[in-house]
Amino acid sequence: MTGKKQRITPYFVITVILLILLAIFFLFPLYWIVTGSVKEKTDIIIKAGESVKWIPTTISWDNFARLFKSQTNLFGIEMPLAVRWLFNSVFISVVAMALTCITSSLAGYALAKKRFWGRGVVFTLFVCAMALPKQVILIPLLTEMSTLGLVKTVWGSLFAVIFPVVGWPFGVFLMKQFSEGIPSSLLEAARIDGAGELKTFFNVALPIIKPGIGALAIFTFISAWNEYPMQLVMLSQSEAKTIALGIAGLQSEMSNDYGLIMAGAALAAVPIIIVFLAFQKYFTQGITMGAVKG
Amino acid sequence: MATSKAPARSQILQRRETLVSYLFLLPALFFFVGFVLTPMFMGLVTSFTDSSFANAATGSKFVFLDNYIRLFKDPIFRKSAWNTLVIVVVSVPAVTAFSLWVGSAIYKMKSGVRSFFRCVFYLPVVTGSVAVVVVWKWMFDKYNGLFNYVIRAFGGEGLPWTESQTMALWCIILILFTTSIGQPIVLYVSALGNVDSSLVEAAQVDGATDLQVFWKIKWPSIMPTTLYVAVITTINSFQCFALIQLLTSGGPNYSTSTIMYYLYEIAFRTTKEFGYADAMGVILALVIALFSALQFKVMNGGTTE
Repeated sequence: MTGKKQRITPYFVITVILLILLAIFFLFPLYWIVTGSVKEKTDIIIKAGESVKWIPTTISWDNFARLFKSQTNLFGIEMPLAVRWLFNSVFISVVAMALTCITSSLAGYALAKKRFWGRGVVFTLFVCAMALPKQVILIPLLTEMSTLGLVKTVWGSLFAVIFPVVGWPFGVFLMKQFSEGIPSSLLEAARIDGAGELKTFFNVALPIIKPGIGALAIFTFISAWNEYPMQLVMLSQSEAKTIALGIAGLQSEMSNDYGLIMAGAALAAVPIIIVFLAFQKYFTQGITMGAVKG
Repeated sequence: MATSKAPARSQILQRRETLVSYLFLLPALFFFVGFVLTPMFMGLVTSFTDSSFANAATGSKFVFLDNYIRLFKDPIFRKSAWNTLVIVVVSVPAVTAFSLWVGSAIYKMKSGVRSFFRCVFYLPVVTGSVAVVVVWKWMFDKYNGLFNYVIRAFGGEGLPWTESQTMALWCIILILFTTSIGQPIVLYVSALGNVDSSLVEAAQVDGATDLQVFWKIKWPSIMPTTLYVAVITTINSFQCFALIQLLTSGGPNYSTSTIMYYLYEIAFRTTKEFGYADAMGVILALVIALFSALQFKVMNGGTTE
């Protein structure tokens, strides 16, 4: 694509104008969250005849102060409940990410590079399950998790959200795609040198599939962070809530306190957006790899 | 003797390879079988029983197809199924066409500009449905919402938005649209970038118009991407849940209830009949599988591969 100049035609100009308008439309909700979270109560309410505060003239931290009012205790440290929610979101996402990367890279490597009995069946099962809706298994999952005794405790219920995320076959599929790129001759050479299976995996395969693992890591982190229905069903105690559930709760309890709700939304959205912007290169790579032959 | 020894040796090697492979697969299979396949199977079995919160202690009994028969007689389920269909039928073509348009508009731009637009359209996905919905809910608010403010500023009458039975579903579709196009755009940008440029140039030398180049060369070669986009958008639209639960709770008067939302309401809010809700889940899974297969068939028939 380099070296080719875009011709400036009327069509091109109209396209660019439309794109910019759309970009504003897509960015606006985010802008409204962030500005809304620091607006004063009087600026949130729109009175008849008065103009809307498009840009906040005064910055008030009152909404955040109210958001952080209720306190809780984690590892003996006093902290606002909302910070605990944020911690839970991070905990779920990081643990799910680490487990998924380990299980998927091992499995994807085996599916791509090894010929074994039952390979076709296992792969077909993974692919078929991927096409089915994740949410229809919510009820049996809750039954299963309560049988396992996981939903009774705060930490147990956090793991009840993590395990199904790790089990989701997309990661295996993605890592299989990346592992196809490992040259078989390298694996053969390692075998002739007498390297064991694990050593071959760590020394030969892993360096090659590293970008894939990066893509999968960021992908899993974001999808675990935003896995709302699963969180809604599994996490019932207020200490176990994630930040997403926390704001959803705020909205149903005080539906008209938009300042408070926006402060919560900002707390939920800003960290994940920073993670995304920092790692977006890996992310786009992961999305496109997952679609190849999908 | 010497000839029969070789196959035996390779059989041992083959067996060893299988064992090693399954050791590599074991951690993934543990989570997959334990927390995806098992609940799927449990859900299917439960859908044939009268299992509910009320009889959790005493035990449930098999009722065969009663739940399924009841579904087709339940007016709320029929309404929810209709709403689900409207969402899918509107959003799949809209998302596919729109993301293809954005993709083809930006894939030739400078990499910085391209990344910027790709990011902007991806942001609502990253932000997460909860944060996105709460801000939209505020913008849709009858009194303090931005939309009605703008309408009133131009001298119009404020609209009821999510409180109206006719408008609420369209509000849902609009939000769903903004959270659905991020991934397809990323896919289209990369697919269009991979179209063989020598073919495009040859056609241009032969005097083909931009439109001809698009339909004759680009469209066929991005067909797999279009198929993938259509399938994932279908699956996502069928599963649309968080937006509805947070924005309207299926209301007013079930005008925004979908199969997924009704399933949730029955299982966790109202009667807590798990068997009945699982039957909806099975139906939903079957319909999604059917739609995906259909798209596969229709679109694959369109290419000359």
